[in-house]
Amino acid sequence: MNHAKKIVEVKHLVKYYGKFCAVSDVSFDVYENDVFGFLGPNGAGKSTTLRMLLSLIKPTHGTIALFEKSLSDHRSAILSKVGCIVEKPDFYKYLSAQKNLEVFARISGIGISKTKIAELLEFVGLQGRANDKVSGFSHGMKQRLGIAQTLLHDPDLIILDEPTTGLDPQGIIDVRNLILQLKHEKRKTVILSSHILSEIERIANRMIIINKGKTVVQGNVADLVSSSALIVTFNLTPVDKALEVLRHSNFSACKTLVNNASLTLQTHADAIAQINAMFCSNDIQVSGIEVKRQLEDYFLQQVQSYAN
Amino acid sequence: MLIKCIYNELLKIAYKPRSYIGIAGIIIINAIILFAMKVDGSFYISLVTGQFEQTLAFEGGILNGNLVAFISIQMLIIHVPLLIAFVTGDLISGESAMGTIRLLLTKPVSRSTILWSKFFASVIYTLAVILCLAFMSLTLGKILFGAGDLIVLKFDGLVVFQEQDINWRFLCGFSLAFLSLITVATLALTLSCYSENSIGPIVATMGIILVFTIIGSMDVPVFDRIRPFLFTTHMAAWRYFFDTPLQTKAILHSIFILTSHCVVLLGIAFYKFNRNDILS
Repeated sequence: MNHAKKIVEVKHLVKYYGKFCAVSDVSFDVYENDVFGFLGPNGAGKSTTLRMLLSLIKPTHGTIALFEKSLSDHRSAILSKVGCIVEKPDFYKYLSAQKNLEVFARISGIGISKTKIAELLEFVGLQGRANDKVSGFSHGMKQRLGIAQTLLHDPDLIILDEPTTGLDPQGIIDVRNLILQLKHEKRKTVILSSHILSEIERIANRMIIINKGKTVVQGNVADLVSSSALIVTFNLTPVDKALEVLRHSNFSACKTLVNNASLTLQTHADAIAQINAMFCSNDIQVSGIEVKRQLEDYFLQQVQSYAN
Repeated sequence: MLIKCIYNELLKIAYKPRSYIGIAGIIIINAIILFAMKVDGSFYISLVTGQFEQTLAFEGGILNGNLVAFISIQMLIIHVPLLIAFVTGDLISGESAMGTIRLLLTKPVSRSTILWSKFFASVIYTLAVILCLAFMSLTLGKILFGAGDLIVLKFDGLVVFQEQDINWRFLCGFSLAFLSLITVATLALTLSCYSENSIGPIVATMGIILVFTIIGSMDVPVFDRIRPFLFTTHMAAWRYFFDTPLQTKAILHSIFILTSHCVVLLGIAFYKFNRNDILS
């Protein structure tokens, strides 16, 4: 039972474009101070859902409430508390970074000083390029400017759609640290859509996977991942004998990967001890066991099982 | 918030290089006309007055600033709609093409306020263009050629306006031309709501003006009923202020038709813009 305040409440969201159904039934809740991972394969309906959250697209059916208010009835009041990057950060190319931020600051609902803009540009590492036109910016620089724009009015809810796309490794680490900083120090709520699943695994505490416009699964990242099959690597000798033993056991159905001195298989937590005991009783020397819980595997598992 | 949005829109127009193409075009064309009139104006005047020389005697400076301004406006008013559409047709579709519409519409401002701000910004830009036209033709014309009575050639003769009777006619004429250009700007803005590229609405606006002008100029009875209601029929209505006696009824009719077009087109723009799903 989550006792935190609900920041986003989406119920049975449906979006049709003519006869094409982009989102057929998506429901989820985001609580205060969550970093909420939004996952799904291409064409799953992620962007359409996020755009509906930002009132860029009108839902065909379903309800969206942000900060416990209906989005359709309190659009402006809600959007004054939301910062976002939708897909890619596009700016007025003929304006400088500073002027772009001034344009968006002016209509963000509260007075934003030039000092605050300068601070944000420094925060994202663009202080030396403030007066340069955006037309000369790389994608990574635009992404940084997009993050500065998102934080302009100190929003309570931040929606980031693929915020690390186009960033160099240091940039990706910076964005990850920024999100964690926003969560822990400023108590912000973040919805993060990303294709980099390891990012979600590292940053998000809750997540949703959608596919074909429907919710596949949602919940705490740790709970969801631990409930899935594990990737277990046994460092052992001899490998051939271990493989043979495995084939004649109850675990013959496990997917296996054989290396020179290791055997990797996909199984559940309660099977690890049994397999280890089986190897030992057959004179197989087990020198180590590595267990991995990977969101990527979980994600693929969920999406594929949904597709089947 | 509307004022802030208008300020933003004007800032964008001011920083866009294309905004200056229109004004540069007016300055260059006007400069050419002024130069041609300065060099060969008397020859041009003789072409106009030649047919009346046997019945009328012309005294004083016929070639003056007022006549040059009248000729300039007559020539330029055909091209100015293109220059206006060039900027106003881009106001929404340009945002869609650039992708900035996504950011703009996630700000706590209603879509109606954003559209109003773009409309008012296009009105202010149109005013700037018409003031530029007025300055270049009238003020520079008077500086270079001096003031004097204005002779206007009509299909059934010549009309002479005394110098002290001209300024208010130019003022009203420019105001009515301003209204007709606002209609063009509104048309371009409305078409801009339907497009995600900048060129489409500009080409479509010029296409509509061209088709309506052709319909308006074809002397075929089948078009007689619709001709009075086409906005292009009223784009030259500023000339009514250079008729004598003044055609008040025709002027009011033109104001009504042009204003009606603006209202209907704005209604369509608001309907579309407020319902658009932003997919760009």
